[in-house]
Amino acid sequence: MSVPILRQGDVLIASIQVAQTDEDLRGLRDQLATEVGSQRAKGVIIDVTALDVMDSFATRTLRAIAYSSRLRGAHTVVVGIQPDVAFAMVQLGLDLGAVSTALDLDDAIDELRARRSEESRA
Amino acid sequence: MSEPRRIAVSRDEDVVVARQIGRALATEIGFKGSDLTLIATAISEVARNIVVYAKHGDITLDIVEDRGRRGVCVVARDEGPGIPDVEKAMRDGFSTGGSLGLGLPGARRLMDDFEIVSQVGVGTTVTMRKWTTRS
Repeated sequence: MSVPILRQGDVLIASIQVAQTDEDLRGLRDQLATEVGSQRAKGVIIDVTALDVMDSFATRTLRAIAYSSRLRGAHTVVVGIQPDVAFAMVQLGLDLGAVSTALDLDDAIDELRARRSEESRA
Repeated sequence: MSEPRRIAVSRDEDVVVARQIGRALATEIGFKGSDLTLIATAISEVARNIVVYAKHGDITLDIVEDRGRRGVCVVARDEGPGIPDVEKAMRDGFSTGGSLGLGLPGARRLMDDFEIVSQVGVGTTVTMRKWTTRS
């Protein structure tokens, strides 16, 4: 099932609603890669609150989305990793590398805003 | 006690189905919160290995008992190419499938018991169990 992608200003918000197959995640990755360009997005927020499992494939795909978006000028924040999911990821030996995370959507938007003003000062 | 559930695994969707049924079964026998997620995640990893390396196989989920405690037993079986060097495959970061190489060693860390038997040209069977803490 494909993930709806909303746009707010220059931020794309992908809100995952249901369990994702590997194919769904690959679709999300490709869709975001296209939209970062076509929408000239500066930020991408991926809401994973609804995911009850983040295994090695899901983690690798989120990382790929974030790194490739970065190369295209957009910063990614992953929000809503559930406590049990975070615990399982640690046990598995997974981490999101340099990908930003936030507790919820508000924090993610704040982080992107702070990052923008920092960048404009630099 | 319920019958073992067998799930045929050959497509991405089957990976999701297997871990959802596994979670439901584990809930039934009293696992809670983070254990449910650990079990579902471990099933996801071994089911994906079937799809990626063997193309098809199956996962059997069963309730087991040992000295008054109950557990869930997951058997992932395929007749795929087999793993030439199991010891190497169980090392973090080793992968021939372009992944992170954390699937099998990760699944072992998530569960209490983990056994793998593999023979080149014959197939692979992974057996894992997780036990509820004795009440």
